[in-house]
Amino acid sequence: MPMPAEVSLPTDREVRVVRSFNAPRKLVWDAHTKPELVPRWQGYDGWDMPVCDMDVRVGGTYKWQWRNLEDGKKFGFFGTFTEVNGPCKIVHEQYYDPGEMDFAMPTGDPCIVSLELSEQNGVTTLVCTLKFASKEARDGAVSTGMTDGMEHSYTRLDAVIVKNAA
Amino acid sequence: MVMQQSIASARLDAVFSALADPTRRAIVARLAEGEATVNELGAPFDMSQPAISKHLKVLERAGLISIGQDAQRRPRKLEAEPLDDAMDWIERYREVWEENYQRLDALLAELQAKPGARKRKRKRKKE
Repeated sequence: MPMPAEVSLPTDREVRVVRSFNAPRKLVWDAHTKPELVPRWQGYDGWDMPVCDMDVRVGGTYKWQWRNLEDGKKFGFFGTFTEVNGPCKIVHEQYYDPGEMDFAMPTGDPCIVSLELSEQNGVTTLVCTLKFASKEARDGAVSTGMTDGMEHSYTRLDAVIVKNAA
Repeated sequence: MVMQQSIASARLDAVFSALADPTRRAIVARLAEGEATVNELGAPFDMSQPAISKHLKVLERAGLISIGQDAQRRPRKLEAEPLDDAMDWIERYREVWEENYQRLDALLAELQAKPGARKRKRKRKKE
């Protein structure tokens, strides 16, 4: 079994996720860069991913959109690839498209998402670093909305607040 | 909602910045074993007592430690709740990534189980 994902906060504006996979790097790369594979794993419980357009080259753009299976509401991300060095590293500037959702997610400046893959003995280690425009943007992304199976994050946050106030 | 959120967020900020310092993390780790006086807490560090007190103040302000019952010894003790909240904050985010990556594990296993499956599919499409 692979080690569970680790999340750290290397700086005020960044989040880093590290995870290993029992697969060669090329395959992990494909799963991140081929539009027919991405929707098969990237998403959220209770949502499907009807839009996954990716033009994987420097300057190429992408658009991802998820749809709630119950109420049909949509949201997504879009952006531009700024570095493509398969199967080792890919960097993109990511914008949030709130669609019909009203998460407290920043919609202004992009988040720089950098994905690095390394392989040793058939195990691929992925390091994904998200660099937000500000600390507030990062905290917003970690705290709410799409980062956490949607609405129930608010419920959880409310629970924390109630606990703190008590 | 926005107001409440910023209060919760300010609390988290205080906790994370308090824990961003290795001395303060060591103090928290020591207090996880049980309460201790300022002198006891300072003993492992090559630091003046005012310097240690300054660190303790930061931890106190973040709500991570409080002063115990004993009026003479004034021991410091760990307050678990803000730490739990801080862990909770990251943990929920981590879970979303982990859920994705477990789906990816399954996909990678499938792709490895039938090498060439995708190629064949693509060929069929062309025909």
